[in-house]
Amino acid sequence: MQTKQRVVITGVGLTAPNGNNLSEFRAALLNGVSGISHTEIRHMGKVAAGLSDFDETKYQSKKMRRRGTRAGSIAIYCANEAVLDAAINFSEIDRSRVGVYLGITEHGNVETENEIHELYTSHKLDVSLWSHHHNPRTVANNPAGEVTLNMQITGPHYTIGAACAAGNMGLIQGLQMLTLGEVDLALVGGVSESAQTFGIFAAFASQGALGSHEDASQATRPLDKNRNGIVVSEGGAIYTLERLEDAQKRGAKIYAEIVGYHCNSDSTDFVLPNTERQIECMQAALKKAEITAEQIDIVNLHATGTIMGDIQECEAVSAVFGYSEKTFINSTKGFIGHAMGAAGALELAGNLGSFSDHLIHASQGITEVDVKCDLKNLVKEGPIRGEINYILNNSFGMLGINSAVIVKKMPDSNRDSNRDNNRDNPKNHETNRKEN
Amino acid sequence: MQTIQTAVQVRQAVLNIIEDIALDEDLTNIKDDLALRDQLDLDSMDFLDIVMELKKRHKIEVPQNDYPQLASLQSCVDYLMPKFQ
Repeated sequence: MQTKQRVVITGVGLTAPNGNNLSEFRAALLNGVSGISHTEIRHMGKVAAGLSDFDETKYQSKKMRRRGTRAGSIAIYCANEAVLDAAINFSEIDRSRVGVYLGITEHGNVETENEIHELYTSHKLDVSLWSHHHNPRTVANNPAGEVTLNMQITGPHYTIGAACAAGNMGLIQGLQMLTLGEVDLALVGGVSESAQTFGIFAAFASQGALGSHEDASQATRPLDKNRNGIVVSEGGAIYTLERLEDAQKRGAKIYAEIVGYHCNSDSTDFVLPNTERQIECMQAALKKAEITAEQIDIVNLHATGTIMGDIQECEAVSAVFGYSEKTFINSTKGFIGHAMGAAGALELAGNLGSFSDHLIHASQGITEVDVKCDLKNLVKEGPIRGEINYILNNSFGMLGINSAVIVKKMPDSNRDSNRDNNRDNPKNHETNRKEN
Repeated sequence: MQTIQTAVQVRQAVLNIIEDIALDEDLTNIKDDLALRDQLDLDSMDFLDIVMELKKRHKIEVPQNDYPQLASLQSCVDYLMPKFQ
């Protein structure tokens, strides 16, 4: 990788439809626990969705939750959890040197839909009753900004609009800012509140791409012959990223080093993916990591459960890794649905445990694999055992945005420091809890 | 909608609104003659919320110049009583 600084993951905070921290999420993926359920969505009726059930007021007052957004609340929860997990004493660090870079697929649809619903149903088109909270709730930087307000961070914050590649893009942005020396700690990843808006469900339905099944846990089955689409989910995953030397200096546990990444554009279609550009994206990430395809132990697919999206990604992955005997392939959306802006960051988190538990989680929901998706070493049932050193995480999005991130296992001496004691240290809980 | 005519009813109507805005606060010992801001964690956005809820719930308009009239519970009652009638 052509950067002078090495950047590592030192903390993880997340909420997924099947877990509210890394260990819960990992256990759910290894044990085949689905987070998808049926729910009522305005104008849509009963649909399958992935909903998170984290405690919104663990780090945020009820008043601030009411004032802010669901995405902001998800981001606040994940950011505080990540800092706690990283055992960073937040009251003692220079918060002007902390950056918050969060990927989003979209933001503001939930709040706008709610306001318009009220305008037509309760307010009889009286726009003077339109909420003064509308603008701060719907500005694109909202989830990242709410984190800075909550944690009193005075460094830079913004969101990265990158469709469903956004979670990876949050990591890439944070890595770049750390290597540039712009910040000393980056809170990065992605969040999504999309499951609270009817519009995204309706649009996927109109596109013929909304997954459904009598059994909600089967509503999205990436790579399965009978898959019928996407399940929309909410959630978030935020990492603490630090330069390696800084992390080592404070004796931090290190989950992984980010050794490669790439982002490119298809330049071909609004929604259909482009196999050639996906191949180029993965190959460029491998080049930056200065490794070969055979060295990748896990490729986590973007695989959303759409007919063409899955086939084209499998063609791309086959082209890059088809000759590799040791590269295993899995996907996550069968468990949790498509968490949109959070997807890339969440799905990477779901595989991080492989470095220490030596297991590779399966791809949920494959009863009969689509012959066009039957990749060599596809983990259809599992988990399976393996020695994992490198993971490549794919995330692609509409308008033709592709991203790949490669993380590397760190030596055991960096991974086994006093991590387990940190979460239970009351001082750390107190340091990070905010009541604004 | 319940008719609100007495000072006690106006006071309760205002308290109901504040209760829904200052969600983390205990309002049981609030002093009517002291500034709300000195007793509760309220900022300018919260006062805009109070104004908005008066309009939504009771169709009462509070012009911007009159916002200082909402400083305490007592001043709220004094100012809003004629508007409720």
